[in-house]
Amino acid sequence: MKNISFGQYYPAESIIHRLDPRTKVILAILYIVCSFVCQSAIGFTALIFSMLAIILISKIPIKTILRSIKPVIIIMVFMAFLNLFLVKGGVELTVWKITIYSKGIYTAVTSVLRVISLIIGTGIFLTYTTTPIELTDGIEQLFGFLKKIKIPVHEFAMMMTIALRFIPTLMEETDKIISAQKARGADFTNGSIVKRAKALIPILVPLFISAFRRADELAIAMECRCYRGGEGRTKLHVLRYRTRDFISMFIFIAFLAGLILINCFGVEYPFIENGWF
Amino acid sequence: MEKNFIEIENLSYAYDEDEGDKVPVLNGISLNISKGEYVAVLGHNGSGKSTLAKLLNMILTPTSGKIIVDGVDITSDELTEDAMFELRKKVVMVFQNPDNQLVATIVEEDVAFGPENLGYPSEEIRKRVDEALRTVGMSEYAHHEPHRLSGGQKQRIAIAGIIAMSPECIIFDESTSMLDPSGRKDVLNTMEKLNKEKGITVVTITHYMNEAAQADRVVVIDDGRILMDGTPAEIFSKPDVLRNAGLDVPQCSAIVEELKKLGVPLDGDCYSTELCAELICNYLTNVQGL
Ligand SMILES: Nc1ncnc2c1ncn2[C@@H]1O[C@H](COP(=O)(O)OP(=O)(O)OP(=O)(O)O)[C@@H](O)[C@H]1O
Ligand SMILES: [Mg+2]
Repeated sequence: MKNISFGQYYPAESIIHRLDPRTKVILAILYIVCSFVCQSAIGFTALIFSMLAIILISKIPIKTILRSIKPVIIIMVFMAFLNLFLVKGGVELTVWKITIYSKGIYTAVTSVLRVISLIIGTGIFLTYTTTPIELTDGIEQLFGFLKKIKIPVHEFAMMMTIALRFIPTLMEETDKIISAQKARGADFTNGSIVKRAKALIPILVPLFISAFRRADELAIAMECRCYRGGEGRTKLHVLRYRTRDFISMFIFIAFLAGLILINCFGVEYPFIENGWF
Repeated sequence: MEKNFIEIENLSYAYDEDEGDKVPVLNGISLNISKGEYVAVLGHNGSGKSTLAKLLNMILTPTSGKIIVDGVDITSDELTEDAMFELRKKVVMVFQNPDNQLVATIVEEDVAFGPENLGYPSEEIRKRVDEALRTVGMSEYAHHEPHRLSGGQKQRIAIAGIIAMSPECIIFDESTSMLDPSGRKDVLNTMEKLNKEKGITVVTITHYMNEAAQADRVVVIDDGRILMDGTPAEIFSKPDVLRNAGLDVPQCSAIVEELKKLGVPLDGDCYSTELCAELICNYLTNVQGL
């Protein structure tokens, strides 16, 4: 339970850490677009290299990043298998009654690559190098114009901050409750699924009760600290775009443009066409 | 002393029960607190201490009676939102559970939360945050995550967040009760420092008698009334009244009381360990001197 690293800031001194959070939101979006624009093998190779480059520049240990991929490995494997067996086209390959196609292999590999780049891209830009409050500030200011059409941007941002603040606390609490119930003889590991699901009730009920009590206390504490919504509020960290922000955005836009160009030249599945398999 | 900073006049409060019943909690409390005082509030569980604190903070509105803070009636119906904001700035509260007071995920950003709400420019916030963290001795933790700190450290961060708003009065509602002895000592030292060095009025609600002994004045609440109000020396010289109010007596007072019962003629203040030791020492030297 303790080692869920997704959504945890990794303090380090890197240029990515120092980018404006608004820039990082934009970069994350651009990177997601990039990974979806990718189609050709050249494009994906570029994507892999860009991923490596981003990881290196961010100075975040590979281990930490791999840990964030772990929770979705099952989904990725599942997705890879679906693609492998369901996508038809290209060269046929029969191994002991099972027929797969080269196009299936290609889509399996690329879809996994896409998911990894999604996680790494958003993870590095939005969570590892950006403190949740910075991120919230960034989102709040980037989308601040939506306040004009009555979208409560500040309130959403505040909710997000608080959620992020309380995730570790509630996780610790869950651990405690589980231990307490185990000490009373609760069994979470044996029995049918229904039985195990039922065993969760004595964990969820106290957890919810405590979460509500915390929410109540927090609301009072915030009010005591003169919180009254986003109006008239200033910031400790005022956001300012700098040269590095413009440069990084330029690089990403150029990268995206490059990927689109590669698609236009239509170098799709080069290996298959050459009968490489 | 200076003029009263907080004036409580005949204050009563009752909680609404489900069936429309009222549960009286405070019954006509009158209390004056001057600027720069260090007041401890004692009382058994459910005696209405937290309710009093919440009334002072405008979280609750009294059923009857008046509270005047710095010349402004905070119970008046005409109180505007802005006036309330100004008052909240003056009297702030530190709660029991440090976990439920911290809003941000980085220490310095949490400390900045209050000043940000007050709308100070960012350089000013920076200054206040650094100063507040220095006051509570947590400067080196500015970039840490609060959930990785110990209870006492978290509570000191919560206090820093309050100090950064430069309030005139801080109410501590059992802010040391979830801490271990060393965490408690840290927080107590911080309280004392705030009062003595910064001249902030401190009201501390507590169950620990030795904490109350540290204050300049002790108020004992029992069943929604003020039972006793005086210096620690006055309060702790009446152990029977304290026991009747469901409270403990400081260990040192209890020792002296027992010794007196045994016929040892001890006379004088004995509410702190030092005073008690001195008393007994004096007695012993006198005996030997005889
Ligand atoms: N929200 C509420 N609704 C109804 N009754 C309440 C509520 N909060 C407190 N009470 C009741 O009011 C009384 C006084 O509560 P209060 O919290 O002020 O006591 P306290 O002196 O702070 O006690 P403790 O030392 O345990 O903190 C208690 O009897 C309690 O049951
Ligand atoms: Mg209380």
